[in-house]
Amino acid sequence: MTVEVRLNGELVRDDVEPQHLLLDYLREDRGLTGAKRSCDTQVCGTCTVLVDGAPVSACCTLVADVDGREVLTIEGFAELPEFERFEQAFVDHAALQCGFCTAGMLLTTKSLLDERRLSSAEEIRQGLAGNLCRCTGYHAIVEAVAELAGVEA
Amino acid sequence: MTVVERRPLTQVGHSAPRKDAKEKLRGEAEFVGDVVVPRMLHGKVLRSPLAHARVVSVDAREAEAMAGVVCVLTASDLVDLDGYWGHAIKDRPIVARDRVRFAGEPVAAVAAENEAAAEAAADVIRVEYEELPLAATLDEALTAGAPLLHEGPVRPGLFHGLGTLPPRDGNVCYRYRIDRGEPESVFSRADLVVEGEYTFPAVYQYAMETHTVVADYDGDRITVWSTCQHPFLVRAELADLYGVPLSNVRIIVPYLGGGFGSKSYTKMEPLTVALARKARRPVRIQNRVDESMVTTRRHGMRCRMRTAMTSEGNLIAREVDCWFDTGAYADNGPRVTATGGDAAPGPYRWHAYRVDARCVYTNTAPAGSYRAFGAAHLQWIGESQIDELARRAGLDPLAVRRDNLCRPGEEVRGGGKPLDADLVGDVEKVAAAVGWNEPKPPNVGRGVSVGLLAAGAHPVSTAVVRMEADGRVAVLVGTTEVGQGPRTAFAQIAAEELGVPLDQVTVHGADTRFTPYDRSTGASRSTTIAGLAVQRAAKEVREQLERIAGGDALEVATYPDLFRKHFGLAGGELIGRGEVAPFGSGSYAEGPVFWEVCVGAAEVEVEPETGVVRVRKTATAADVGRAINPQLVRRQDEGATMQGLGNALFEEMIFEDGQLLNDTLLEYRVPSFEDLPDQMSCVIVENEDGPGPFGAKGCGEGALAAVPAAVVNALADAGIPMYELPLTPERVWRRIQTLEEEGKWPR
Repeated sequence: MTVEVRLNGELVRDDVEPQHLLLDYLREDRGLTGAKRSCDTQVCGTCTVLVDGAPVSACCTLVADVDGREVLTIEGFAELPEFERFEQAFVDHAALQCGFCTAGMLLTTKSLLDERRLSSAEEIRQGLAGNLCRCTGYHAIVEAVAELAGVEA
Repeated sequence: MTVVERRPLTQVGHSAPRKDAKEKLRGEAEFVGDVVVPRMLHGKVLRSPLAHARVVSVDAREAEAMAGVVCVLTASDLVDLDGYWGHAIKDRPIVARDRVRFAGEPVAAVAAENEAAAEAAADVIRVEYEELPLAATLDEALTAGAPLLHEGPVRPGLFHGLGTLPPRDGNVCYRYRIDRGEPESVFSRADLVVEGEYTFPAVYQYAMETHTVVADYDGDRITVWSTCQHPFLVRAELADLYGVPLSNVRIIVPYLGGGFGSKSYTKMEPLTVALARKARRPVRIQNRVDESMVTTRRHGMRCRMRTAMTSEGNLIAREVDCWFDTGAYADNGPRVTATGGDAAPGPYRWHAYRVDARCVYTNTAPAGSYRAFGAAHLQWIGESQIDELARRAGLDPLAVRRDNLCRPGEEVRGGGKPLDADLVGDVEKVAAAVGWNEPKPPNVGRGVSVGLLAAGAHPVSTAVVRMEADGRVAVLVGTTEVGQGPRTAFAQIAAEELGVPLDQVTVHGADTRFTPYDRSTGASRSTTIAGLAVQRAAKEVREQLERIAGGDALEVATYPDLFRKHFGLAGGELIGRGEVAPFGSGSYAEGPVFWEVCVGAAEVEVEPETGVVRVRKTATAADVGRAINPQLVRRQDEGATMQGLGNALFEEMIFEDGQLLNDTLLEYRVPSFEDLPDQMSCVIVENEDGPGPFGAKGCGEGALAAVPAAVVNALADAGIPMYELPLTPERVWRRIQTLEEEGKWPR
């Protein structure tokens, strides 16, 4: 089947199998390897991308389901002017270690901030609970996101 | 004796931003799963559904005939090789030969043009099994007449590092004993004795990046991209297994997506290389989470311990028997067992103690390294007994520790390295951080814990520092970047020695063809040992610059002039070499390189109606000698704290008849943002008492032993002593019911 996706701001058309996963499409067909595979069950958040601004797990989403929609991956986000602010906060707080979860963490944070859903440390913890990180113990990420959201960590 | 430098430091001691941050934040950092090699195939492993069975036959004809399939590997393809591997004990076939010993053991593997084709083909390989009696638990494996998992002589692996391996005793593949004094007679004159039986769960390290390997076997050359922490040890095992020279095996390690020990030593590499050898093309095997869970895990353990104290509060004797469940193959079980044995007494001034630790084969997935192994297993048990004794004697647990802990320079283990840390100072700092003496609300308890972890592994590392004619510096060292930040710390060390700005230093990833030998990335050794090699290599470059300058003071701005002076043109390169070799024999008995401090405190609140334990505060001591990068030190402790909370509160692999029941992240829960304590403190202690550069010693593991122990003690302080981890609501609630029946709850 043919799908048409606005991928990182650019309109792309591709022929794909109906059962083709968005994660495989991005990584293998489009060479966008910033989204990572881990749990395959929508628990860990390493494969998070934004579809029409909302975070989804690309490991459990079909390319067919994003036909006609906007997909933003970390590669696209990194090109946006607002990214610099996110980058600086994560660098300043050393809010990453191995980096495997980092793209998903940033994209989820962007979506929550865009929707103004980060008005307290409590909301940060709840909002990001769908993104696991095994290295940092979360503390540093809460600090970085709190700074971005302008709230107390 | 370490000579500590006193000149003012400009790079070391500062929280420099991570060198790898931008690449990782922008999704540009390369991991093994991102590596694409020309003509690369995709591999899929067929794993045994049975925990113990004879393999009667494997029929892969239908699979081989499927579209897109290049080949199917079975044991019959490996008859020209000895075929057994294992860095501690060579007990493990590349794929099962005549027998499978755990559910999940590789039986065959398919190489195909894409993953879907490989998976479809693996599904139609027909394997006939004949079930064998199970020894799936410690009880079953230790019973007289238990089915034996392995027979024949023990074959030592290349890197067990434990002297002469004793013969197997039934299913016990290794035993570590320490005897000091005469515990029996000391116990007989004790005023107070506490004893109990304890259970520690098997847990999964869950590095978010699963084990992934790309292998190419071209003639007699093997090239491997692997998610491995110890590329040089993997290289040696592959060279040995396939009978090729060391230099013909090249291991490349890009960024690793976490490790925590799960990627230490050899894992999926032998099988991927075998598949590539048969396919005559490069092959990638990428585990799914359920496959990584049966590739390696933390040892479950059972322990019997008793501890004696005088009525004045002097700790005098301890006896420990413990059994580590290493699963079907030894992996790092012997070392885990020995390290657990070392951690068992705890760093106190005992009159006598006895430790007997056994490593036991069972028909479950193999167990190996996981952050703070051994110490995480034993510290919560020993420390809970000390708190119980303190309670019975009416003494403050903190005071008991203050009075009994070893002091710097005192013996920790006969013949081994004396204590190189101020434990009393450390525990007082963490106790203060959780408000030790403040009043407690109902159902709230506080606990502290103190322990040591034998750290550093075998102290062999080498490094090369190259300075280019423009003053830029490249550091070559075989340490792997697992997330812990060695590329940043090494850059700071080199920049410090050479006086160059940090952005002029690049630390390259491990590639055994180019980066010099580093024994391993684990045991909290990298900053201490590889860091020392980097420092020495940088110093060698500095000495060359000084010689060229001929007495003139060195200034970074004039480095290019020195190159012109020396080489006669704006070119050339200065190369420094750094080596760390064992102090003494490097044997395990004389070790460790340093004692990693495992000191923590916690405040918990229990909800008696549900058994839910909420951790309000944690504090850990990062006793690092010298923090090369304080922010990265703190972040290490925070990560280890959170893993410790998972291990203490809810993580547990549940096996039934050798089958892992909770093999997805839905059923195996790891900590999330919502499990963060209200307060998580890390106290950095810098006494410049480490053997590493600038007096540094390693960190990052201790908190994972200290925090569970502190949580257990805090819960006991709230009135609920526990003998089994994790502290699930159900387990805690049941315990409360028992205490209620015994008239001990509410207090």
